[in-house]
Amino acid sequence: MAYVPLADRDHEMEMHHPKTWIGKWVFCQDHKVIAIQYGSIAIFTGLVGLILSLLFRMQLGFPEAADFIDPSFYYQAVTMHGMIMVIYLLTALFLGGFGNYLIPLMCGARDMVFPFMNMLSVWVFLVSVIILMASFFVTGGPTGGGWTLYPPQTTLAGTPGHDMGIVLMLISLAVFIVATTMGGLNYVVTVLQYRCRGLTMMRLPLSVWGIFVATILALFAFPALLVAAIMMLFDILLGTSFFMPALIESGAPLDHNGGSPILFQHLFWFFGHPEVYIVALPAFGLVSDVLSVHARKNIFGYRMMVWAIIAIGGLSFIVWAHHMYVSGMHPYFGFFFATTTLIIAVPTALKVYNWVLTLWEGDIRLNAPMYFAIGFIFTFIHGGLTGLFLGNVVIDLPLSDTYFVVAHFHMVMGVSPVLVVFAAIYHWYPKMSGRMYHEGMAKLHFWCTFLGTYAIYLPMHYLGFVGVPRRYYALGTTDFLPPSAQDLNTTITIAALFVGASQLLFLINIIWSLRNGPKADPNPWGAASLEWQTPDTPPVHGNWGESLPTVYRWAYDYSVPGAHEDFIPQNTPESEEPTVDEQHFDPDTDESMADV
Amino acid sequence: MSEATASHEGITGLVDDWSADKQAYHVPWGKAMMWIFLVSDTFIFSCFLVGYLNVRMTTTEPWPPQSEIFALSFGGDPIPLILIAIMTFILITSSGTMALAVNYGYRKDKVRTFWLICATAAFGASFVGMQAFEWTKLIVDEGVRPWGNPFGAPQFGSVFFMVTGFHGLHVSAGVIYLLWVAFRVKRGYYDNKGFEIVEIAGLYWHFVDLVWVFIFAFFYLL
Repeated sequence: MAYVPLADRDHEMEMHHPKTWIGKWVFCQDHKVIAIQYGSIAIFTGLVGLILSLLFRMQLGFPEAADFIDPSFYYQAVTMHGMIMVIYLLTALFLGGFGNYLIPLMCGARDMVFPFMNMLSVWVFLVSVIILMASFFVTGGPTGGGWTLYPPQTTLAGTPGHDMGIVLMLISLAVFIVATTMGGLNYVVTVLQYRCRGLTMMRLPLSVWGIFVATILALFAFPALLVAAIMMLFDILLGTSFFMPALIESGAPLDHNGGSPILFQHLFWFFGHPEVYIVALPAFGLVSDVLSVHARKNIFGYRMMVWAIIAIGGLSFIVWAHHMYVSGMHPYFGFFFATTTLIIAVPTALKVYNWVLTLWEGDIRLNAPMYFAIGFIFTFIHGGLTGLFLGNVVIDLPLSDTYFVVAHFHMVMGVSPVLVVFAAIYHWYPKMSGRMYHEGMAKLHFWCTFLGTYAIYLPMHYLGFVGVPRRYYALGTTDFLPPSAQDLNTTITIAALFVGASQLLFLINIIWSLRNGPKADPNPWGAASLEWQTPDTPPVHGNWGESLPTVYRWAYDYSVPGAHEDFIPQNTPESEEPTVDEQHFDPDTDESMADV
Repeated sequence: MSEATASHEGITGLVDDWSADKQAYHVPWGKAMMWIFLVSDTFIFSCFLVGYLNVRMTTTEPWPPQSEIFALSFGGDPIPLILIAIMTFILITSSGTMALAVNYGYRKDKVRTFWLICATAAFGASFVGMQAFEWTKLIVDEGVRPWGNPFGAPQFGSVFFMVTGFHGLHVSAGVIYLLWVAFRVKRGYYDNKGFEIVEIAGLYWHFVDLVWVFIFAFFYLL
């Protein structure tokens, strides 16, 4: 039996529009509502992570003033900050938030392929966040073993949260993985199987490509974390010895022997390194679209950009042990992992060149999203270059576990993706809410965030060079650290407090504008991609009104010579407007339609 | 498969599929989703097995002799691995009945499809039952625990309960899933929608079967 694509039998399908308030806003199966639910939960959790970071920065910058922070709480705050930001904020926001909102709209679909499962995904995600937050209120508090949760340290007495905190953390992660899998299967199948007529893979906006490949990475990387979490739960709750070698605690041997702590590190980083790209690839995609729209130019080297995303995604699975040089490995393995790590720099640099070349001679419109997108190029180059230092074994060894590492990964996967998050929220805000945000406030937010984060992380590189170790509660007195190290720490803390406070500009802006912003034009930026061509703004359930759109061109027909405007929507036929799309494919004359 | 896609084979066909509009594979959504889920699940089981091989190397005590532990005696001398052999045989047989069910499903023979899926589920349930018997024997008679056992390395019990337990959960979930599909087939739920769901459930079932072959080889034979 021939399977007929849904795009060709759309008229037979029925949409079930919810009637009740709960059906519309709580247990809603509309991908746009789910996206906003995902995003709101993620941003709320992220605010908790932000406040935690300000607390431990207080301890580092002003130890006397922050004497309510004891070492245990310091470690708990650092741990929870890391885990929240990487998993519960960035992963959930990029995949669950932007993935849910943009994929069906950019693919010209009515919704995800399995809306019910999509709804389950967001509720399971909420459960995982609740379990995570519950660990603040149990005996011993949340785990303080560092976000990498390395055993045996995490599970031994002496580490805060070794009793209940770590158990709740692991359960929360397992539940989160279930949520991501349910959502992720939806995103991948929607991109593969539910595109509208004329929309080939090579006509998809780069946002979709980034989220699509990142979701595949998530589906293949999270299993390693799930297995690690299950094994560690067994070690804690059943007394097995997967990760626990023979240990002596307080003079008495523990009931463990023969386990391998290194096994945990391998499993963790087999997840952990692709996780970096689960966060970075959607950011790459979204920023490409923002840059292209606001520079009024097609993205430079679209095909290369797509292949770079795929290459980075593939390579990210064979570099994980560069996080473990200090754990010790055969020099040949070190050589292998250093080489693969440096090879990743090639497609990544290619992307950076293409972003810059997209700006080159563009008709740049300096709207707030463009500020953040250009800011991203700066912070990403910065963080990427320090990655080359750390990818080399001999340079990594002295720099490992210093603030240089902290500065590196915050620049590359903290600040950079967060700048893209802001760019993307401002960029798509008119479509999501139907209102415009306050432009001046958004630009002020950019300058505070951009300059502020540089004030935080640039000095950290110097701290790292002089050898300040990360994860220390207080510097104390040492022979090798100059007293000025503490002054620098104080400066960083002041900058961090400033950046933290300036995020209120963002929150106030988007919440205030929801009701009070001026009505937004359906396509305020003059963007060509499909999500701006919906009949309603914000799009209603079903997205496309009577019939699905048909796509005749790629998503980047900007400033095409001979066109009436400086952009041509993707659903404008080639007979009406010229194109610079290399792929000449007209769905109206497509032969494969003959058998339908 | 439609004629337009069947016209090209091999690499050209693959490129045609992927560069087509609307969809990359000429399969229903559920089937594509099941494929991708199973690849993801493969990573889970691979990590389990790699973890098992790793702790088997790092443990300081000798690995217990599996063929003796997993031996059963029917009146006479103990036969090594006999129970596991029967379990494996049953699971592989169930894959056969599942394949038949898929075939009859596409022929819209609802009665045969229903009974064949039920037979598959029954084989699956008996597999889980024998696993429960095996666990009981190990725990009660032999004193094997996740944290230790009288035969040697404590990781033996840890890995055994974790990996066979996780696989047993997969089989149990599969039995429930199959019965659910079977009763929907019987009620005529798929008469208009098509019987791909039988094949999708079958994919999952074959996967669980295949995983067992690896667990059998890595854990019981190695």
